[in-house]
Amino acid sequence: MDSSMTTLIIQGTFETLYMTLVSTLIAYIIGLPVGVLLVTSDSEGIVPMRLLNKVLDIIVNITRSIPFLILLIAVIPFTRFVVGTSIGSTATIVPLVLAAAPFIARLVESSIKEVDYGIIEASLSMGASPLQVVTKVMIPEAKPSLIIGAAIATTTILGYSAMAGIVGGGGLGDIAIRFGYYRYETGVMVVTVMLLVLIVQIFQEFGMKIAQKQDHRK
Amino acid sequence: MIRRVRNIKSNKTSQQPIIEIKNLGKTFHPKSGEVKALEGINLTVNQGDIFGIIGMSGAGKSTLVRCINLLEKPTDGSVFIDGQDISKLTEKELRTVRYSVGMIFQQFNLLMQRTAERNILFPLEIAGVDKETAKKRTAELLELVGLPDKAKAYPSQLSGGQKQRIAIARALANNPKILLCDEATSALDPSTTKSILSLLKEINQKMGITIVIITHEMSVVEQICNHVAIIDESKIAEYGPVEEIFRNPKTEIAKKMIFSEGDQGSVVMGKNCYRLVFDENSSSDSVMAKMVLETKCLVKIVHADMKDIDGVSFGQMVIQLPEDELTASRAIYYLRSRQIGVEEVEIDG
Repeated sequence: MDSSMTTLIIQGTFETLYMTLVSTLIAYIIGLPVGVLLVTSDSEGIVPMRLLNKVLDIIVNITRSIPFLILLIAVIPFTRFVVGTSIGSTATIVPLVLAAAPFIARLVESSIKEVDYGIIEASLSMGASPLQVVTKVMIPEAKPSLIIGAAIATTTILGYSAMAGIVGGGGLGDIAIRFGYYRYETGVMVVTVMLLVLIVQIFQEFGMKIAQKQDHRK
Repeated sequence: MIRRVRNIKSNKTSQQPIIEIKNLGKTFHPKSGEVKALEGINLTVNQGDIFGIIGMSGAGKSTLVRCINLLEKPTDGSVFIDGQDISKLTEKELRTVRYSVGMIFQQFNLLMQRTAERNILFPLEIAGVDKETAKKRTAELLELVGLPDKAKAYPSQLSGGQKQRIAIARALANNPKILLCDEATSALDPSTTKSILSLLKEINQKMGITIVIITHEMSVVEQICNHVAIIDESKIAEYGPVEEIFRNPKTEIAKKMIFSEGDQGSVVMGKNCYRLVFDENSSSDSVMAKMVLETKCLVKIVHADMKDIDGVSFGQMVIQLPEDELTASRAIYYLRSRQIGVEEVEIDG
């Protein structure tokens, strides 16, 4: 492996981190409120809204059932419209967000549902508004679980980002496919895959550590 | 044996109604038909009362207490707090009313991710109290419930009794007029229960906060309530001052609730059984011994115990009198002449 390849791999690593982290962030901006709404608008929730709940539920299910590879290709026109191009790591962020947001909504939903209803009832009895229940009770009380969810989401998005290499999405996945797969450079393939494994490990460990530190339930 | 009374009626009730429940009904509609949880409930709680609502599990008492702050929306009737019909308020107005109605729960329901101190701060944040005042109030409350050293502890580091004390402090943060207690001592051991109840009594007396207590234990009612309502099968079976209900329970369920204390179940009772109730005027006299000596009537004591209701000692005893009617009636006459309540009972073992 020569030095130009090393530079390429280092650059790929940064691209991967960039795609993953930015996509996760944007996907949370969409997924977190949707996840919260799925809980609060439920018929047993604090502000039951049947129609909204049903619509969100269906949208989340549909987007979650489309295979990522199909979504990646299907949204190319949309990606071009938003970013101006469909190639490179910035362009990959668009399908990544679209795929990750509904997944994150479900993760958030399940974390928030873990919060004991008694605590929510107590805060309502003190005169908390629905918004206060969400911001002061549901999210803070679910924090450890939300952090674990975030670690899972980040590593899943990382895996998706590698898949984007197929359509020239940039990052480590792109390098693995172009050099390792198409040109039979096994060395490059092994190194990139190992780097991906390492990044997943770091994210997962890091997430678990913070979650544990933040958990005061035990 | 008999703990003598501190002061006879400790609660000064001003007879000003603070909670009025009028013709309240609540029907749930689960998938399988409908369930009437409450029906035609009429209750008045006066300012300064410690009002007990007692019933078996499933009688509807938890639903009833949740109707007082509208955590459950009643299907019929209305609830007045301080003369205001709260079932007619908007959500926003209702939230303001809730600042003045504190509530504590069986499972404490503290925020697990907040320290004790920040749990007490929570209702103050919600009500928009400024930080400075809120901090001061929190310190006061920690002092009041006797846990100033636990300010920085998380609920998971506290015992059950300590958790309930923090929950009480939290419920009192916004200076409520009313404190609702939903089985607040049911998850606690007897001695902790006692200390929590005396804290509640202290709060009632010092701050004049009206307390409504939901419980399935008669002992809780006896210890601190001055009024009690017995709820059975979604309806109020009987209600009034605790002493009156205890001395003279009219309904089956009231008798059952009073009797079920102690191990009545193991006692086999036959005919000619009488329940005697002693109060502060008679309980310390050795009246039974005198009766036996004077009337030559041999009695069999089936059951006896002593209770301290709201600072007044009460005794109850179940005796079996001889078959001979003359002797028996002589005994009853003697007891009645000594101001002892006598009532024939027929309870199968």
